[in-house]
Amino acid sequence: MSSHRLRDQAAIVGIGQTPYSKGLGRSEFDMAVEAILTACADAGIAPREIDGVVRYDMETTDEEQLLSVVGPGLRYQASTSWGGGGSVSVLVHAALAIAMGMANHVLVFRSRARGKKSVFGKDSKLGGRYWERIADRLPDLTQWHIPHGLVSAFQEMAMITRRHMIEYGTTEEQFAEVAVAMRRHALRNPNAVMRAPMTIADHHSSRMIAEPLRLFDCNIETDGACALIVSSRERARDLRQPPALIHAGALSAGSHHMRLATLFARDRDDDSAARAGRQLWESSGLRPSEIDAFFCYDFFTSFVIIALEDYGFCKRGEGGPFVEDQGLYFEGGRLATNTNGGQLSEAFIHGMNNNLEAVRQIRGTSTSQVPDCELVLLAGANTDPTGAVILRREA
Amino acid sequence: MSDLRESVITRSLPLPQPGLDNAPFYEAARRGELRFQRCSECGAFRHYPRPICPACQSTNYTWELSSGRGVIYTWTVVHGPTLPAFQDQLPYNVVDVLLDEGVHFQSQVLDCPPGEIHAGMPVQAVFVPVSEDITLVKFRRAGERGSIEAPT
Repeated sequence: MSSHRLRDQAAIVGIGQTPYSKGLGRSEFDMAVEAILTACADAGIAPREIDGVVRYDMETTDEEQLLSVVGPGLRYQASTSWGGGGSVSVLVHAALAIAMGMANHVLVFRSRARGKKSVFGKDSKLGGRYWERIADRLPDLTQWHIPHGLVSAFQEMAMITRRHMIEYGTTEEQFAEVAVAMRRHALRNPNAVMRAPMTIADHHSSRMIAEPLRLFDCNIETDGACALIVSSRERARDLRQPPALIHAGALSAGSHHMRLATLFARDRDDDSAARAGRQLWESSGLRPSEIDAFFCYDFFTSFVIIALEDYGFCKRGEGGPFVEDQGLYFEGGRLATNTNGGQLSEAFIHGMNNNLEAVRQIRGTSTSQVPDCELVLLAGANTDPTGAVILRREA
Repeated sequence: MSDLRESVITRSLPLPQPGLDNAPFYEAARRGELRFQRCSECGAFRHYPRPICPACQSTNYTWELSSGRGVIYTWTVVHGPTLPAFQDQLPYNVVDVLLDEGVHFQSQVLDCPPGEIHAGMPVQAVFVPVSEDITLVKFRRAGERGSIEAPT
């Protein structure tokens, strides 16, 4: 893939969101509408100017429903699979559509009602968490996990996390360092759902979910929606906000956490995230040390550590020491990471809330702003077929 | 096998639905055999079942008998939440076994306290019938030569 042809062709020109909450009492469609309209207003375009959309394939608001929001001019449409693995792939697809002239303004969005009291929440009228809605017979590849009690992502992630500890000596203290750094970012962010201070000891005393992962190693579950508008660099010059140029983009197939037999059979350095990282460095000519802020898919603390390795910010196995001494904190750390508090402490909008924060860093409007932030690496979930981009501030 | 069956909750346990790609696996398990696909060209074993070898792309393969011997590659102990079918077993272990043939297989170690599971622990496959057509492959601790230790 000669992804250098994408370089700076497209830009993120608008961002929008609903409030984030443990329970908004609103439908996913309703929240999506608010996020989309807010993103359009932020960009300074009318919703009717949107003529492209890239969404998650599991998104419940579809292209027909979107016609009510953006009008009948919607033409380009695509979706990414693999849930959080596609959280940045959507931006790559949007940039491709812009670069190829398939659309003028592409909408990227995600809406999720997953708080405890929401329609898909724990006490749901629609049947509870997705992983609790399982048939008596399993015709798909989940048949190799679920009958043995491996029924949800956090248990699969625990298996991968344990292996990282076995191979590299990664510790629960290092997981706690990630959780605390994210919470410290969240304390500075009025949008964040989790606003109580957290210490290393608080992390260690949170309840065990699936060893070695504790409650505070896991992402939160929330209600909320996020939207971004991607346009061409030329059009961006006439719009309201400073653009976040999509400087490089990569897509990369690979293992999935729901198929551990093949995930463990593959060399992690040849799996999706590591190959996406190499594509970014090769196509941009940049080095990890030139990146000012990193946004990864922090569904679990341990996968932040692994993502640092996947994307070359440290050697394989050195992600644990990298996060020590608050190495991810925006001030005085080794690499400012998920400065919104991420999905561990801000909200869990399937990665999309981290996308918004990456744009804020480029604009200079984060509540935990990295001084003179010019280059940001933004990556989707690293246990799935995935995607990643480097965002650049317009010179 | 009746004692082993007692240790597996069958009530509302979601079960595999054998299909065209994997039916031979479940037929073998019913006979008390662990069989994996093996490439006829490069000799590599593979799991989950697929119509093509991931190493050399040959579509020729046989279903070969596995020794059932392996070691714990990684594991978790689940404290919950989990499905109702597993609620009574909490906390329970789930393991990834690296079999001698080189394939990874997710299962559980029976009769092993969670605190005693460790990486590299030798295990041996055992067969637990849970319905008329489905026998699940579980594991028990084994000695260094692959012999099964007496149940505790």
